[in-house]
Amino acid sequence: MTSVELAQLSNAAVYATMISLSIAMVCFAVSFALGRRRPAVATGPRAVVEQAEGSTAVLTRTETTVDETPDAGRRWANVGMSMAWLSFLTLLFGVVLRGLWAGRVPWGNMYEFSITAALGILGVFLIMSIGRDLRWLGLFIVIPALLTLGLAVTVLYTEAAQLVPALKSYWLVIHVSAAIICSGAFTLAAATAGLSLLRSRAERKSADVTGWLTRVPSADKLRTMTNRIIAFTFPLWTFAVVAGAIWAENAWGRYWGWDPKETWAFITWVVFAAYLHARSTAGWRADRASWIVIAGWAAFMINYFGVNIFVNSLHSYAGM
Amino acid sequence: MSSTTDALSQAAPDAPIPPMGTGGFLRWVWRQFTSMRTALILLFLLALASVPGSVLPQRGTNPIRVQEWISNNPTAGPVLDRLGFFEVYSSPWFASVYLLLFISLIGCVLPRTRQHGRAMLAPPPPAPRRLERMPAFEELTSDRSPNDVLESARAFLSSQRWRVRLGETPVESGGDGSRWVAAEKGYLRETGNLLFHLALVVVLVAVAVGGLFGWKGNVIVREGNGFSNTLTQYDAWGGGRFVNPDSLAPFALTLHAFKVDFERGTAQRGAPRQFEADVTYRARPTDAPTRTTIQVNQPLEVDGAKVFLVGHGYAPHFVVKDSTGAVVFDDTVVFLPQDGNFTSTGVVKVPDATPSLGLNGMFLPTASFDKVRGGISTFPAPDNPALFLSAFRGDLGMDTGVPQSVYRLDTSKMQKVGLQALAPGQTWTLPNNTGSVQFTGFQRWASFQIAYDPGKELALGAAAAAIAGLMLSLFVRRRRVWVKVADLPQGGSLIRIAGLAKNDGADLTEDVSAIVARLGADQEKGSA
Repeated sequence: MTSVELAQLSNAAVYATMISLSIAMVCFAVSFALGRRRPAVATGPRAVVEQAEGSTAVLTRTETTVDETPDAGRRWANVGMSMAWLSFLTLLFGVVLRGLWAGRVPWGNMYEFSITAALGILGVFLIMSIGRDLRWLGLFIVIPALLTLGLAVTVLYTEAAQLVPALKSYWLVIHVSAAIICSGAFTLAAATAGLSLLRSRAERKSADVTGWLTRVPSADKLRTMTNRIIAFTFPLWTFAVVAGAIWAENAWGRYWGWDPKETWAFITWVVFAAYLHARSTAGWRADRASWIVIAGWAAFMINYFGVNIFVNSLHSYAGM
Repeated sequence: MSSTTDALSQAAPDAPIPPMGTGGFLRWVWRQFTSMRTALILLFLLALASVPGSVLPQRGTNPIRVQEWISNNPTAGPVLDRLGFFEVYSSPWFASVYLLLFISLIGCVLPRTRQHGRAMLAPPPPAPRRLERMPAFEELTSDRSPNDVLESARAFLSSQRWRVRLGETPVESGGDGSRWVAAEKGYLRETGNLLFHLALVVVLVAVAVGGLFGWKGNVIVREGNGFSNTLTQYDAWGGGRFVNPDSLAPFALTLHAFKVDFERGTAQRGAPRQFEADVTYRARPTDAPTRTTIQVNQPLEVDGAKVFLVGHGYAPHFVVKDSTGAVVFDDTVVFLPQDGNFTSTGVVKVPDATPSLGLNGMFLPTASFDKVRGGISTFPAPDNPALFLSAFRGDLGMDTGVPQSVYRLDTSKMQKVGLQALAPGQTWTLPNNTGSVQFTGFQRWASFQIAYDPGKELALGAAAAAIAGLMLSLFVRRRRVWVKVADLPQGGSLIRIAGLAKNDGADLTEDVSAIVARLGADQEKGSA
């Protein structure tokens, strides 16, 4: 395959992803529009008697059965999940082709970072959705992924070219892949934190939540989920920053120089550290902790878009 | 509920009224200062204090842009300057935030270390009276004797690396007459937490060591020229308080050639693709020279210092003759690049000409002519090199004793004698037969940053320890389980098993079920 064909195919895959993501977005939105989830029907606690050989083990347990009859909204959400998987696969194809076209890892400029970041957002979400029902989260993942891709193909698009010497290092693979996974996970955490804020406001208004928020887990569950995502991502982000520092020492002669990119990586790190502290501070565990997650995500985004585009930084790469 | 009232109502139980007396008051202040809430506030302050340094130019990285910013903002500039906004990360207010944070951290971590050490040595706490209130709970009966069941549970828990304690709550002392195993696991969570925080302190120490004992310098070396590691050879040099600039490691290097490639395709045209400095170096003047290449991402390490390739440019070669034809200047001169296409400017000072001659020059590696901007370079490689010179005669001002920049010509006491464009090899005969300037060709130069940071290995080790500690503190779950066994009136035992997670979100149903399964299996074995 010629390089021109590779290029065209990679771009086509990215556009195809945007189409299937749009369909996914519509499906998820419709599933919310179709109103409240059929209330879960729980049977009361009942005793289960287990007969073990030669003895009687009686254990008292609460068995709750939930009525899992699918409603129309769920069917739409299922289509949305399928489209999200399809989008992930087409985008993976597009990113891999981009790498083949350029003959290197596809992380040489902002366009390539962005399509990989969208892949990271979808990937982290889909991996988490295995074995869990995360259909309610789909809309809030598909939108940022779609926005990232939209920005990539319009504002950030660059032809593939070789790397500038500063990026020629195996640390590119280590540092950037860690940062890309973090971008996906932080986005996911910001989505669950934002939903927990909406949901907790609805719960405060009335014990019986109505409307589309019925499809979303309770604020408490959302907060626990956010906490788990951050607990996974914070060490990874620490690693990404340290890996960046090692690389900086090797390329520029100092491991930390308060370059704007480094500064905002530090700010992101400090804000998420504050989140972890908030989780064990009275009065900060609930909504305020969720706001901190959103602030941390905002710092991450400023670092990603703001610093590369608006600030004069050592991290301003060729072709943006 | 507004967030302010929320804060007040929530803060109330944590912030009791300060006790009377100086000692009590100080203790109260210290407790408040080392609390999680203070840490939280200081973390926010630290994040906030870091922001201006990324928006405003900083002296440490870009002193020229700082100067520009101040002159462009005559009202705000000097005020911000006095407040340290152009050296944010070494300003007193930034330092006070992170030092307070670290003092608060140490004040929090040290007592917790002591507490954790004690907890590690102590057996797990006894079983609570009412296990059925625990979040994970199961109750079962068995026809085995309480002793057997208890031994099964103890053996199982020990084999699963639980810390185990046996005990009983005798009826005489108000108990239910049951015997129990209490077990605890996940001490590494707190160990990791403490390790993480102490590692951060070590990172700070490592940064301080680097700042006090390290040094950093920049030097431009032309092809064919050398450099030895003494202060006078540097263009810029900065060292810590405890560095003796007179006893730097005595290494030397020579730049033989500098190779550079630029992108010639349409995408990212002109972007650098390859930098390579071909050098020889000697760690000591008596050593035999070693040949090597220095590239970006591939520094040369010599005597603990590292030599990094940070920039490059062109150095045109000039031969200047006086009116008698005698050579008064014959050397390459470093020109500094002004844009991505290496439009470079530089200055030639010829004090030996009479009267002194000064040249302001602009070197264009790929010259082309733009109607608005005049001569510009359109590509960084020397595809069509050209040199534009303007010559001045008069007093160069080099005898006044005031140090001069080699990149600037002070023309205040000089007269312009002419303008000329030259291609390599061409000679410009100065007006009135006062001599000539020949542009014989050009070489490249490379700029190196040479840095010595004795704290960096410590910083790396501490960062690795911090990540390890962080992972332990976030992934290990601290948890307790209890197995309580009592005699049944008809013989056999009543078994109650409960579990409690010490950190939120953890579910101990699995641990409790594992114990149930094991007791069931032991029972089958016993009855078989």
